[in-house]
Amino acid sequence: MQILQPGTWREALEMKTAHPEAVPIAGGTDVMVDVNFDRLRPAAMLDLTRVPELTAWEREDGRLRIGAGVTYTRLIADLGDELPGLAIASRTVGSPQIRNRGTVGGNLGTGSPAGDGLPPLFASDADVELASTAGTRVIPVAEFVTGPKRTALREDELIAAFLMPPAAGPQQFAKIGTRNAMVIAVCSLALALWPEERRVTACIGSAGPTPIRATEAEAFIAGVLEERDLWLAPDSLPESAARRFGELVEGAARPIDDVRGTASYRHHALGVLARRTLTWAWEAHRCG
Amino acid sequence: MRLNVTVNGEPREVDGVWEGESLLSALREHLDLPGSKNACEQGECGSCSVYLDGALVCACLVLAGQAEGREVVTVEGIADGEELHEIQRTFVEAGAVQCGFCTPGLIVASHDLLRRNPRPTDPEIREALAGNLCRCTGYEKILDAVRLAAERLS
Ligand SMILES: Cc1cc2nc3c(=O)[nH]c(=O)nc-3n(C[C@H](O)[C@H](O)[C@H](O)COP(=O)(O)OP(=O)(O)OC[C@H]3O[C@@H](n4cnc5c(N)ncnc54)[C@H](O)[C@@H]3O)c2cc1C
Ligand code: FES
Ligand code: FES
Repeated sequence: MQILQPGTWREALEMKTAHPEAVPIAGGTDVMVDVNFDRLRPAAMLDLTRVPELTAWEREDGRLRIGAGVTYTRLIADLGDELPGLAIASRTVGSPQIRNRGTVGGNLGTGSPAGDGLPPLFASDADVELASTAGTRVIPVAEFVTGPKRTALREDELIAAFLMPPAAGPQQFAKIGTRNAMVIAVCSLALALWPEERRVTACIGSAGPTPIRATEAEAFIAGVLEERDLWLAPDSLPESAARRFGELVEGAARPIDDVRGTASYRHHALGVLARRTLTWAWEAHRCG
Repeated sequence: MRLNVTVNGEPREVDGVWEGESLLSALREHLDLPGSKNACEQGECGSCSVYLDGALVCACLVLAGQAEGREVVTVEGIADGEELHEIQRTFVEAGAVQCGFCTPGLIVASHDLLRRNPRPTDPEIREALAGNLCRCTGYEKILDAVRLAAERLS
Protein backbone atom coordinates (compact mmCIF):
# COMPACT_ATOMS: atom_id res chain seq x y z
CA MET A 1 0.00 0.00 0.00
CA GLN A 2 1.20 3.44 -0.89
CA ILE A 3 0.44 6.52 1.18
CA LEU A 4 0.23 9.78 -0.70
CA GLN A 5 0.50 12.91 1.41
CA PRO A 6 -0.11 16.09 -0.54
CA GLY A 7 0.66 19.37 1.23
CA THR A 8 -1.48 21.57 -1.00
CA TRP A 9 -4.79 21.29 -2.82
CA ARG A 10 -3.09 21.51 -6.21
CA GLU A 11 -0.83 18.62 -5.26
CA ALA A 12 -3.79 16.61 -3.97
CA LEU A 13 -5.60 16.97 -7.31
CA GLU A 14 -2.48 16.04 -9.26
CA MET A 15 -1.97 12.94 -7.13
CA LYS A 16 -5.60 11.93 -7.60
CA THR A 17 -5.22 12.26 -11.37
CA ALA A 18 -2.04 10.20 -11.32
CA HIS A 19 -3.53 7.62 -8.91
CA PRO A 20 -7.28 7.45 -9.53
CA GLU A 21 -7.39 4.22 -7.49
CA ALA A 22 -6.11 5.98 -4.35
CA VAL A 23 -8.73 6.11 -1.58
CA PRO A 24 -8.94 9.56 0.03
CA ILE A 25 -8.76 9.61 3.80
CA ALA A 26 -9.73 12.65 5.89
CA GLY A 27 -10.72 11.97 9.52
CA GLY A 28 -10.58 8.24 8.80
CA THR A 29 -13.65 7.54 10.95
CA ASP A 30 -15.28 5.61 8.11
CA VAL A 31 -12.21 4.53 6.13
CA MET A 32 -10.15 3.15 9.02
CA VAL A 33 -12.95 0.94 10.28
CA ASP A 34 -12.92 -0.80 6.89
CA VAL A 35 -9.12 -1.00 6.83
CA ASN A 36 -8.97 -2.38 10.39
CA PHE A 37 -11.52 -5.04 9.53
CA ASP A 38 -9.84 -6.09 6.28
CA ARG A 39 -12.77 -4.89 4.21
CA LEU A 40 -10.63 -2.34 2.41
CA ARG A 41 -7.11 -2.92 1.08
CA PRO A 42 -6.54 -0.14 -1.42
CA ALA A 43 -3.36 0.01 -3.46
CA ALA A 44 -2.97 3.59 -2.26
CA MET A 45 -4.44 6.03 0.22
CA LEU A 46 -4.50 9.78 -0.26
CA ASP A 47 -4.16 11.52 3.10
CA LEU A 48 -5.99 14.84 2.93
CA THR A 49 -5.22 16.01 6.47
CA ARG A 50 -2.22 18.07 5.37
CA VAL A 51 -4.09 20.13 2.81
CA PRO A 52 -4.71 23.52 4.47
CA GLU A 53 -7.28 24.62 1.86
CA LEU A 54 -9.63 21.85 2.96
CA THR A 55 -9.88 23.06 6.55
CA ALA A 56 -10.76 26.65 5.68
CA TRP A 57 -14.20 28.21 5.42
CA GLU A 58 -15.21 31.57 4.01
CA ARG A 59 -18.09 33.70 2.80
CA GLU A 60 -18.81 33.68 -0.91
CA ASP A 61 -21.67 35.59 -2.54
CA GLY A 62 -23.82 35.51 0.57
CA ARG A 63 -23.22 31.82 1.15
CA LEU A 64 -20.76 29.95 3.32
CA ARG A 65 -18.17 27.87 1.53
CA ILE A 66 -16.90 25.25 3.93
CA GLY A 67 -13.86 23.13 3.18
CA ALA A 68 -14.51 19.38 3.02
CA GLY A 69 -11.97 18.84 5.81
CA VAL A 70 -13.59 21.01 8.49
CA THR A 71 -14.34 18.75 11.47
CA TYR A 72 -17.67 18.54 13.28
CA THR A 73 -16.04 20.03 16.38
CA ARG A 74 -14.97 23.10 14.44
CA LEU A 75 -18.31 23.41 12.66
CA ILE A 76 -20.03 23.50 16.04
CA ALA A 77 -17.56 26.01 17.48
CA ASP A 78 -17.13 28.34 14.48
CA LEU A 79 -20.39 28.08 12.57
CA GLY A 80 -22.95 27.04 15.17
CA ASP A 81 -24.71 30.42 15.02
CA GLU A 82 -24.91 30.61 11.25
CA LEU A 83 -25.68 26.97 10.57
CA PRO A 84 -27.67 25.90 13.62
CA GLY A 85 -29.31 22.92 11.90
CA LEU A 86 -26.01 21.44 10.79
CA ALA A 87 -24.52 22.22 14.21
CA ILE A 88 -27.29 20.34 16.03
CA ALA A 89 -26.76 17.40 13.70
CA SER A 90 -23.00 17.59 14.23
CA ARG A 91 -23.47 17.40 17.99
CA THR A 92 -25.24 14.07 17.56
CA VAL A 93 -22.37 12.52 15.62
CA GLY A 94 -20.52 9.78 17.52
CA SER A 95 -18.54 11.06 20.47
CA PRO A 96 -16.06 13.89 21.13
CA GLN A 97 -13.31 11.67 19.69
CA ILE A 98 -15.28 11.11 16.47
CA ARG A 99 -16.33 14.76 16.14
CA ASN A 100 -12.71 15.90 16.57
CA ARG A 101 -11.72 13.91 13.47
CA GLY A 102 -14.84 13.34 11.37
CA THR A 103 -15.69 15.78 8.59
CA VAL A 104 -18.73 16.65 6.48
CA GLY A 105 -16.55 15.96 3.43
CA GLY A 106 -16.16 12.40 4.70
CA ASN A 107 -19.90 12.15 5.42
CA LEU A 108 -20.55 13.18 1.80
CA GLY A 109 -17.84 10.85 0.51
CA THR A 110 -19.43 7.91 2.29
CA GLY A 111 -22.88 8.99 1.12
CA SER A 112 -24.71 6.84 3.67
CA PRO A 113 -28.45 7.52 3.94
CA ALA A 114 -27.78 7.57 7.71
CA GLY A 115 -25.13 10.29 7.47
CA ASP A 116 -26.30 12.94 9.93
CA GLY A 117 -24.61 15.79 8.09
CA LEU A 118 -26.64 15.22 4.96
CA PRO A 119 -30.27 16.12 5.87
CA PRO A 120 -29.29 19.64 7.01
CA LEU A 121 -27.42 20.13 3.73
CA PHE A 122 -30.44 18.93 1.74
CA ALA A 123 -32.79 21.16 3.75
CA SER A 124 -30.64 24.18 2.89
CA ASP A 125 -30.28 23.28 -0.80
CA ALA A 126 -26.52 23.09 -0.36
CA ASP A 127 -24.17 22.59 -3.27
CA VAL A 128 -21.11 20.38 -3.36
CA GLU A 129 -17.94 21.59 -5.05
CA LEU A 130 -15.98 18.86 -6.82
CA ALA A 131 -12.61 19.35 -8.40
CA SER A 132 -10.02 17.60 -10.52
CA THR A 133 -7.03 18.78 -12.48
CA ALA A 134 -9.48 19.21 -15.37
CA GLY A 135 -11.58 21.75 -13.50
CA THR A 136 -14.25 22.40 -10.92
CA ARG A 137 -17.98 21.65 -10.93
CA VAL A 138 -20.61 22.63 -8.41
CA ILE A 139 -23.67 20.41 -8.11
CA PRO A 140 -26.69 20.31 -5.78
CA VAL A 141 -26.19 17.92 -2.88
CA ALA A 142 -29.33 16.05 -3.99
CA GLU A 143 -27.56 15.23 -7.26
CA PHE A 144 -24.33 14.36 -5.48
CA VAL A 145 -25.83 11.57 -3.38
CA THR A 146 -27.18 9.14 -5.96
CA GLY A 147 -28.01 6.07 -3.86
CA PRO A 148 -27.10 4.25 -0.68
CA LYS A 149 -23.34 4.87 -0.35
CA ARG A 150 -23.25 5.95 -3.96
CA THR A 151 -22.23 9.40 -5.11
CA ALA A 152 -21.59 11.35 -8.30
CA LEU A 153 -17.89 11.71 -7.45
CA ARG A 154 -15.71 10.71 -10.40
CA GLU A 155 -12.53 8.69 -9.99
CA ASP A 156 -10.26 11.63 -10.67
CA GLU A 157 -12.19 14.04 -8.47
CA LEU A 158 -12.04 15.17 -4.87
CA ILE A 159 -14.65 16.98 -2.79
CA ALA A 160 -13.36 20.50 -2.26
CA ALA A 161 -16.13 22.06 -0.22
CA PHE A 162 -19.85 22.45 0.29
CA LEU A 163 -21.74 25.70 -0.04
CA MET A 164 -24.83 26.67 1.86
CA PRO A 165 -26.70 29.79 2.91
CA PRO A 166 -26.46 30.91 6.52
CA ALA A 167 -29.70 30.30 8.41
CA ALA A 168 -32.39 32.88 7.69
CA GLY A 169 -34.62 31.62 10.51
CA PRO A 170 -34.78 28.86 13.10
CA GLN A 171 -33.46 25.42 12.15
CA GLN A 172 -33.85 22.06 13.82
CA PHE A 173 -32.53 18.55 13.61
CA ALA A 174 -33.79 15.52 15.51
CA LYS A 175 -32.57 11.95 15.46
CA ILE A 176 -33.89 8.68 16.82
CA GLY A 177 -31.46 6.20 18.35
CA THR A 178 -31.07 3.86 21.27
CA ARG A 179 -28.96 6.31 23.25
CA ASN A 180 -28.01 9.96 23.11
CA ALA A 181 -24.51 9.34 21.80
CA MET A 182 -22.74 6.97 19.46
CA VAL A 183 -25.72 5.88 17.45
CA ILE A 184 -26.37 5.48 13.79
CA ALA A 185 -29.71 7.17 13.23
CA VAL A 186 -32.77 4.93 13.10
CA CYS A 187 -34.24 7.94 11.33
CA SER A 188 -33.75 11.67 11.49
CA LEU A 189 -35.27 14.91 10.34
CA ALA A 190 -33.76 18.29 9.47
CA LEU A 191 -36.06 21.30 9.25
CA ALA A 192 -35.48 24.95 8.39
CA LEU A 193 -37.66 28.08 8.26
CA TRP A 194 -36.96 30.74 5.64
CA PRO A 195 -39.27 33.59 6.74
CA GLU A 196 -38.29 36.00 3.99
CA GLU A 197 -39.00 33.48 1.28
CA ARG A 198 -41.99 32.20 3.28
CA ARG A 199 -40.74 28.67 2.96
CA VAL A 200 -40.31 25.68 5.26
CA THR A 201 -37.91 22.94 4.19
CA ALA A 202 -37.64 19.46 5.65
CA CYS A 203 -35.39 16.52 4.86
CA ILE A 204 -35.70 12.95 6.09
CA GLY A 205 -32.56 11.00 6.98
CA SER A 206 -31.99 7.26 7.32
CA ALA A 207 -35.38 6.24 5.94
CA GLY A 208 -34.72 5.68 2.25
CA PRO A 209 -31.85 5.05 -0.16
CA THR A 210 -30.78 8.70 0.12
CA PRO A 211 -31.93 11.60 2.28
CA ILE A 212 -35.41 12.63 1.05
CA ARG A 213 -36.88 16.12 0.89
CA ALA A 214 -40.49 16.07 2.08
CA THR A 215 -41.71 18.37 -0.67
CA GLU A 216 -45.42 17.74 -0.26
CA ALA A 217 -45.24 18.48 3.44
CA GLU A 218 -43.22 21.62 2.68
CA ALA A 219 -45.83 22.87 0.20
CA PHE A 220 -48.69 22.05 2.56
CA ILE A 221 -47.30 23.98 5.51
CA ALA A 222 -46.25 26.92 3.33
CA GLY A 223 -49.87 27.04 2.13
CA VAL A 224 -51.27 27.03 5.66
CA LEU A 225 -48.91 29.79 6.80
CA GLU A 226 -49.76 31.86 3.76
CA GLU A 227 -53.49 31.38 3.99
CA ARG A 228 -53.60 32.39 7.64
CA ASP A 229 -51.07 35.15 7.13
CA LEU A 230 -48.97 33.69 9.91
CA TRP A 231 -45.58 34.88 8.63
CA LEU A 232 -46.64 38.49 9.19
CA ALA A 233 -48.59 38.05 12.40
CA PRO A 234 -46.94 35.04 13.91
CA ASP A 235 -49.39 33.15 16.03
CA SER A 236 -49.22 29.57 17.27
CA LEU A 237 -49.47 26.93 14.58
CA PRO A 238 -52.85 25.23 14.41
CA GLU A 239 -52.34 21.79 15.91
CA SER A 240 -54.16 20.15 13.03
CA ALA A 241 -51.66 21.70 10.58
CA ALA A 242 -48.67 20.41 12.53
CA ARG A 243 -50.28 16.97 12.63
CA ARG A 244 -50.98 16.97 8.91
CA PHE A 245 -47.41 18.12 8.25
CA GLY A 246 -46.20 15.12 10.28
CA GLU A 247 -48.39 12.75 8.28
CA LEU A 248 -47.06 14.09 4.98
CA VAL A 249 -43.44 13.73 6.14
CA GLU A 250 -44.25 10.22 7.29
CA GLY A 251 -45.68 9.50 3.86
CA ALA A 252 -42.59 10.79 2.06
CA ALA A 253 -40.27 8.34 3.80
CA ARG A 254 -39.20 5.16 2.03
CA PRO A 255 -37.74 3.15 4.89
CA ILE A 256 -36.84 -0.52 5.07
CA ASP A 257 -36.82 -3.01 7.94
CA ASP A 258 -33.32 -3.49 9.28
CA VAL A 259 -31.47 -4.27 12.51
CA ARG A 260 -31.96 -0.73 13.78
CA GLY A 261 -35.70 -0.58 13.33
CA THR A 262 -38.70 -1.58 11.29
CA ALA A 263 -40.07 0.42 8.41
CA SER A 264 -43.35 1.01 10.22
CA TYR A 265 -41.58 2.30 13.32
CA ARG A 266 -39.56 4.69 11.15
CA HIS A 267 -42.72 6.00 9.46
CA HIS A 268 -44.32 6.61 12.83
CA ALA A 269 -41.24 8.18 14.40
CA LEU A 270 -40.76 10.55 11.47
CA GLY A 271 -44.29 11.85 11.86
CA VAL A 272 -43.52 12.62 15.48
CA LEU A 273 -40.15 14.22 14.69
CA ALA A 274 -41.70 16.35 11.96
CA ARG A 275 -44.44 17.64 14.21
CA ARG A 276 -42.00 18.39 17.02
CA THR A 277 -39.27 20.07 14.99
CA LEU A 278 -41.84 22.20 13.17
CA THR A 279 -43.40 23.29 16.45
CA TRP A 280 -40.03 24.05 18.05
CA ALA A 281 -38.85 26.03 15.05
CA TRP A 282 -42.13 27.90 14.70
CA GLU A 283 -42.20 28.82 18.39
CA ALA A 284 -38.60 30.07 18.11
CA HIS A 285 -39.61 32.18 15.11
CA ARG A 286 -42.72 33.48 16.82
CA CYS A 287 -41.04 34.38 20.07
CA GLY A 288 -38.03 35.85 18.26
CA MET B 1 7.61 2.40 6.16
CA ARG B 2 9.40 4.67 8.58
CA LEU B 3 7.40 6.76 11.03
CA ASN B 4 8.62 9.90 12.76
CA VAL B 5 6.39 11.11 15.53
CA THR B 6 6.77 12.97 18.80
CA VAL B 7 5.25 10.86 21.53
CA ASN B 8 4.87 12.18 25.07
CA GLY B 9 7.33 14.94 24.27
CA GLU B 10 9.99 12.65 22.84
CA PRO B 11 10.81 12.53 19.11
CA ARG B 12 10.66 8.90 18.01
CA GLU B 13 11.54 7.12 14.80
CA VAL B 14 10.48 3.58 14.00
CA ASP B 15 10.84 1.40 10.93
CA GLY B 16 8.71 -1.42 9.66
CA VAL B 17 5.30 0.15 10.19
CA TRP B 18 2.84 -1.22 7.60
CA GLU B 19 1.24 1.56 5.54
CA GLY B 20 -2.28 0.49 6.47
CA GLU B 21 -1.55 0.29 10.17
CA SER B 22 -3.41 2.45 12.68
CA LEU B 23 -1.71 4.82 15.08
CA LEU B 24 -2.95 2.55 17.86
CA SER B 25 -1.12 -0.40 16.42
CA ALA B 26 2.02 1.68 15.84
CA LEU B 27 1.97 2.80 19.48
CA ARG B 28 1.42 -0.67 20.88
CA GLU B 29 3.47 -2.80 18.49
CA HIS B 30 6.30 -0.51 17.42
CA LEU B 31 6.67 2.22 20.02
CA ASP B 32 6.42 0.06 23.17
CA LEU B 33 3.49 2.02 24.51
CA PRO B 34 0.79 -0.53 25.33
CA GLY B 35 -1.14 1.83 27.62
CA SER B 36 -3.68 2.69 24.92
CA LYS B 37 -5.89 -0.36 24.65
CA ASN B 38 -7.22 -2.12 21.61
CA ALA B 39 -10.76 -3.30 22.21
CA CYS B 40 -12.90 -2.62 19.15
CA GLU B 41 -10.80 -1.01 16.41
CA GLN B 42 -13.88 0.82 15.21
CA GLY B 43 -14.08 3.96 17.28
CA GLU B 44 -16.85 2.65 19.50
CA CYS B 45 -15.16 2.07 22.85
CA GLY B 46 -12.66 4.88 23.37
CA SER B 47 -10.07 2.63 25.06
CA CYS B 48 -7.49 3.84 22.55
CA SER B 49 -8.08 7.57 23.23
CA VAL B 50 -4.96 9.73 22.80
CA TYR B 51 -4.19 13.34 21.97
CA LEU B 52 -3.13 14.02 18.40
CA ASP B 53 -1.81 17.58 18.09
CA GLY B 54 -3.84 18.40 21.18
CA ALA B 55 -7.15 16.91 20.02
CA LEU B 56 -8.72 13.88 21.68
CA VAL B 57 -9.01 11.11 19.08
CA CYS B 58 -9.39 7.36 18.79
CA ALA B 59 -5.91 6.13 17.85
CA CYS B 60 -7.47 3.13 16.10
CA LEU B 61 -9.04 5.46 13.50
CA VAL B 62 -5.88 7.42 12.72
CA LEU B 63 -3.73 6.02 9.96
CA ALA B 64 -0.20 5.83 11.41
CA GLY B 65 1.13 7.86 8.49
CA GLN B 66 -1.30 10.65 9.35
CA ALA B 67 0.63 11.12 12.61
CA GLU B 68 3.95 11.60 10.76
CA GLY B 69 5.64 14.72 12.17
CA ARG B 70 2.82 15.31 14.63
CA GLU B 71 2.58 15.24 18.42
CA VAL B 72 0.91 12.41 20.23
CA VAL B 73 0.26 12.20 23.96
CA THR B 74 -0.81 8.84 25.32
CA VAL B 75 -1.97 7.80 28.77
CA GLU B 76 1.69 7.11 29.57
CA GLY B 77 2.31 10.84 29.12
CA ILE B 78 -0.43 11.93 31.53
CA ALA B 79 1.46 10.88 34.66
CA ASP B 80 4.58 12.78 35.67
CA GLY B 81 7.09 9.91 35.72
CA GLU B 82 6.14 7.67 38.63
CA GLU B 83 3.91 10.39 40.05
CA LEU B 84 0.26 9.77 39.13
CA HIS B 85 -1.83 12.63 37.78
CA GLU B 86 -4.63 13.75 40.07
CA ILE B 87 -7.19 12.22 37.69
CA GLN B 88 -5.44 8.86 37.92
CA ARG B 89 -5.36 9.09 41.71
CA THR B 90 -9.07 9.88 41.98
CA PHE B 91 -9.92 6.94 39.69
CA VAL B 92 -8.10 4.67 42.15
CA GLU B 93 -9.60 6.34 45.23
CA ALA B 94 -13.16 6.36 43.93
CA GLY B 95 -13.01 2.69 42.91
CA ALA B 96 -13.48 3.62 39.27
CA VAL B 97 -11.08 0.90 38.15
CA GLN B 98 -12.20 -2.71 38.07
CA CYS B 99 -10.69 -4.80 35.26
CA GLY B 100 -8.98 -1.60 34.14
CA PHE B 101 -9.27 -2.15 30.42
CA CYS B 102 -11.25 1.03 29.81
CA THR B 103 -9.25 3.09 32.29
CA PRO B 104 -6.46 4.47 30.04
CA GLY B 105 -8.99 5.83 27.56
CA LEU B 106 -11.18 7.26 30.29
CA ILE B 107 -8.17 8.93 31.92
CA VAL B 108 -7.21 10.68 28.69
CA ALA B 109 -10.83 11.64 27.92
CA SER B 110 -11.37 12.96 31.47
CA HIS B 111 -8.09 14.86 31.24
CA ASP B 112 -9.30 16.47 28.03
CA LEU B 113 -12.62 17.39 29.64
CA LEU B 114 -11.08 19.02 32.72
CA ARG B 115 -8.57 20.89 30.60
CA ARG B 116 -11.40 22.44 28.57
CA ASN B 117 -13.92 22.72 31.36
CA PRO B 118 -12.46 22.64 34.90
CA ARG B 119 -15.87 22.55 36.65
CA PRO B 120 -18.11 20.36 34.50
CA THR B 121 -21.71 19.62 35.40
CA ASP B 122 -22.86 16.00 35.48
CA PRO B 123 -24.47 16.18 32.03
CA GLU B 124 -21.22 17.68 30.71
CA ILE B 125 -19.20 14.82 32.20
CA ARG B 126 -21.56 12.27 30.67
CA GLU B 127 -21.39 13.97 27.30
CA ALA B 128 -17.58 14.18 27.36
CA LEU B 129 -17.24 10.50 28.27
CA ALA B 130 -19.99 9.27 25.93
CA GLY B 131 -17.39 7.75 23.62
CA ASN B 132 -15.78 5.59 26.32
CA LEU B 133 -17.33 2.27 27.23
CA CYS B 134 -16.83 0.45 30.52
CA ARG B 135 -18.19 -3.05 31.00
CA CYS B 136 -17.51 -3.28 34.73
CA THR B 137 -18.17 -0.23 36.87
CA GLY B 138 -21.60 0.93 35.80
CA TYR B 139 -20.05 4.40 35.37
CA GLU B 140 -21.18 5.82 38.72
CA LYS B 141 -17.72 5.54 40.26
CA ILE B 142 -16.17 6.97 37.13
CA LEU B 143 -18.41 10.02 37.53
CA ASP B 144 -17.36 10.20 41.20
CA ALA B 145 -13.70 10.11 40.18
CA VAL B 146 -14.09 12.91 37.65
CA ARG B 147 -16.08 15.07 40.09
CA LEU B 148 -13.42 14.55 42.75
CA ALA B 149 -10.59 15.36 40.34
CA ALA B 150 -12.40 18.53 39.23
CA GLU B 151 -12.77 19.59 42.83
CA ARG B 152 -9.12 18.96 43.67
CA LEU B 153 -7.70 20.47 40.52
CA SER B 154 -9.57 23.75 40.66
C1 LIG C 1 -17.80 5.27 16.48
C2 LIG C 1 -18.36 5.99 15.28
C3 LIG C 1 -19.52 6.72 15.40
C4 LIG C 1 -20.06 7.38 14.32
N1 LIG C 1 -21.20 8.07 14.48
C5 LIG C 1 -21.73 8.73 13.42
C6 LIG C 1 -22.94 9.46 13.57
O1 LIG C 1 -23.51 9.55 14.68
N2 LIG C 1 -23.45 10.08 12.48
C7 LIG C 1 -22.82 10.02 11.26
O2 LIG C 1 -23.31 10.61 10.30
N3 LIG C 1 -21.69 9.34 11.09
C8 LIG C 1 -21.13 8.68 12.14
N4 LIG C 1 -19.99 7.97 11.96
C9 LIG C 1 -19.40 7.88 10.62
C10 LIG C 1 -18.32 8.92 10.32
O3 LIG C 1 -17.77 9.48 11.49
C11 LIG C 1 -18.85 10.07 9.46
O4 LIG C 1 -19.38 9.58 8.25
C12 LIG C 1 -17.80 11.12 9.16
O5 LIG C 1 -18.41 12.27 8.64
C13 LIG C 1 -16.72 10.66 8.19
O6 LIG C 1 -15.77 11.70 8.04
P1 LIG C 1 -14.21 11.39 7.95
O7 LIG C 1 -13.53 12.67 7.69
O8 LIG C 1 -13.75 10.63 9.12
O9 LIG C 1 -14.19 10.47 6.65
P2 LIG C 1 -13.16 9.39 6.13
O10 LIG C 1 -13.34 8.11 6.86
O11 LIG C 1 -11.78 9.94 6.07
O12 LIG C 1 -13.70 9.24 4.64
C14 LIG C 1 -15.01 8.79 4.39
C15 LIG C 1 -15.23 8.63 2.88
O13 LIG C 1 -15.17 9.87 2.22
C16 LIG C 1 -14.10 9.91 1.28
N5 LIG C 1 -13.54 11.26 1.37
C17 LIG C 1 -13.21 11.94 2.50
N6 LIG C 1 -12.83 13.20 2.19
C18 LIG C 1 -12.90 13.31 0.83
C19 LIG C 1 -12.64 14.37 -0.10
N7 LIG C 1 -12.24 15.59 0.31
N8 LIG C 1 -12.83 14.11 -1.40
C20 LIG C 1 -13.25 12.90 -1.83
N9 LIG C 1 -13.54 11.87 -1.00
C21 LIG C 1 -13.36 12.07 0.31
C22 LIG C 1 -13.19 8.78 1.68
O14 LIG C 1 -12.45 8.27 0.59
C23 LIG C 1 -14.18 7.77 2.21
O15 LIG C 1 -14.79 7.10 1.15
C24 LIG C 1 -19.41 7.32 13.05
C25 LIG C 1 -18.21 6.60 12.93
C26 LIG C 1 -17.68 5.95 14.02
C27 LIG C 1 -16.39 5.20 13.89
S1 FES D 1 -10.14 0.49 20.09
FE1 FES D 1 -10.30 2.49 19.31
S2 FES D 1 -12.27 3.05 19.97
FE2 FES D 1 -12.19 0.97 20.55
S1 FES E 1 -13.19 -1.31 34.51
FE1 FES E 1 -13.50 -3.02 33.25
S2 FES E 1 -14.17 -2.11 31.42
FE2 FES E 1 -14.12 -0.46 32.74
